[in-house]
Amino acid sequence: MTAPLLSVENLSVSYPGRSGVTKALREASFTLGHERLGVVGESGSGKSTMGRALLGLIPKPGVVTASRMDFDGQSLLGASDADWQKLRGRRLSMIMQDPKYSLNPVRRIGDQIVETCLLHLDISRREAERRALDMLEAVKIRQPDAVFQQYPHQLSGGMGQRAMIAMMLVAEPDLLIADEPTSALDVTVQNEVLRILDDLVRNRGMGLIFISHNLNIVSSFCDRVLIMYGGRILEQISARDLGAARHPYTRALLAAAPSLDAPRATLATVTRDPAWLE
Amino acid sequence: MAGMIDVQDLRVSFHADGRSVHAVRGVSFSVAEGESFGIVGESGSGKSTVLKAIAGLVASESSTLAVHGRPIAQRRTKADRRQLQFVFQDPYASLHPRQTADQILREPLIIHGLDRHDARIAAALDEVGLKPEHRFRYPHQLSGGQRQRVAIARALILRPPILLLDEPTSALDVSVQAEILNLIARLKQANRLTIILVSHDLGVVAHLCNRIAIMQAGKLVEVLTAEELRNGGAREAYTRELVEASRGFTRAVAAL
Ligand SMILES: Nc1ncnc2c1ncn2[C@@H]1O[C@H](COP(=O)(O)OP(=O)(O)OP(=O)(O)O)[C@@H](O)[C@H]1O
Ligand SMILES: Nc1ncnc2c1ncn2[C@@H]1O[C@H](COP(=O)(O)OP(=O)(O)OP(=O)(O)O)[C@@H](O)[C@H]1O
Ligand SMILES: [Mg+2]
Ligand SMILES: [Mg+2]
Repeated sequence: MTAPLLSVENLSVSYPGRSGVTKALREASFTLGHERLGVVGESGSGKSTMGRALLGLIPKPGVVTASRMDFDGQSLLGASDADWQKLRGRRLSMIMQDPKYSLNPVRRIGDQIVETCLLHLDISRREAERRALDMLEAVKIRQPDAVFQQYPHQLSGGMGQRAMIAMMLVAEPDLLIADEPTSALDVTVQNEVLRILDDLVRNRGMGLIFISHNLNIVSSFCDRVLIMYGGRILEQISARDLGAARHPYTRALLAAAPSLDAPRATLATVTRDPAWLE
Repeated sequence: MAGMIDVQDLRVSFHADGRSVHAVRGVSFSVAEGESFGIVGESGSGKSTVLKAIAGLVASESSTLAVHGRPIAQRRTKADRRQLQFVFQDPYASLHPRQTADQILREPLIIHGLDRHDARIAAALDEVGLKPEHRFRYPHQLSGGQRQRVAIARALILRPPILLLDEPTSALDVSVQAEILNLIARLKQANRLTIILVSHDLGVVAHLCNRIAIMQAGKLVEVLTAEELRNGGAREAYTRELVEASRGFTRAVAAL
């Protein structure tokens, strides 16, 4: 058996603050192969924190500890700033949850994507421009050449999200962390974007960590799912079995989603049990 | 019959770099008092722009654009602003980065001269499921969903009669989303709240709204009831496509 692309043991992140320490992530352990790994869980449960820790992007004064964090045979634990610079963008990439915040507000969309290309790939500017336009077209932007010239504030929510996706995919990373990548997209465009990600995993062997609140998408798109609560990974199951999940939190999540087919007057809510954190 | 919100032949264009974008191209609808009206549709089709026009945040042309029978002025009075609250699609951009949740919620209370600030702020945070520990944090110290809940709390704290909600729960997990949707439904019952809700989640829209408009390329392609949306009553091909796509990802198509 080949070694997994990513293996993580006891990854923890905490933020010291005036009113005590926030333990945002507690001893997370998992592995990732060339597959689609879904991550679902409560708001504030540590999903984005886990993604940022894997890219060495936890802001000060946050503290990251782990007994193991290996990516493609290399330990990320003692990585220097220079090591991270080499990995980030080219080999490891993350589509952030707030796309407009992650795009540079004073630079045109096209220039930002072209720059990412030139930074990571050994190609000419003309070739980079071609790839940037192709990528905008691939994410179903209606007028790629117009959007190429626009600034982030001129784009709709979903267009900004797709510009961000285009920017992260254009350098063809080996591992992609996608944090709510389709939350601002209408369902037909959403499926197109999922198809692109699916293709990268199947045909280019990319590893994908897919953070999402949409249980429908996670169960139909991912291979495996991590369920998080209060900074912990509560359970890891195959996506196919999500509907039959055992943990009471996961079961409650499934019952809380409003469904087009089964309307309810009042949505079921989750009664949180302190024992889930033990 | 005049509704709480009347929109007739609304048009919005943006001009920059010698290029024009016709974001909204003749949209008409009206929302009765106490009604919840949903808008779904293609990304970039003009949904957020319609809400911004109703809130007087972008310049628009129309034959009618009125709230409570009064035409919308671009420069709104304090009373106008209290009537109508907006939850923006992008919570990060709509929250001031150097204000804590406490300051963000305190500001509208000061502007509109309300009393019992501390008690109201504590109650508003509790309503959206945030804890006392989140109260003095800056936006970048909160998770995406926690930020979105601060934005929702800010809109609700004045108990406005009209709420414009742009993807209010898109950053929330389904358990918190259920709590927020139940809260909005309760307020709607108790206060005859009038709501326009934009969302990509057909389940969410059909849960909260009686009537739903489908938008594509700056126009309303059809308006239908939640029942019609559920029971295959869509007349337009684009609407049927949306309903189909909302049932989940199908790898069969992906493999093509
Ligand atoms: N800089 C920070 N300082 C203090 N606490 C923080 C900081 N950043 C995040 N947190 C806290 O860490 C916890 C985990 O946050 P994280 O953003 O990982 O949640 P999440 O699972 O991505 O949630 P969501 O689904 O709402 O995006 C939250 O309780 C959050 O308030
Ligand atoms: N300030 C602006 N300057 C120029 N163009 C703009 C501006 N704001 C919006 N647009 C354009 O108007 C169109 C409609 O945008 P809008 O934000 O209303 O779409 P939307 O339906 O809300 O989409 P989404 O679902 O992606 O949020 C888009 O083509 C967008 O690029
Ligand atoms: Mg997050
Ligand atoms: Mg929008």
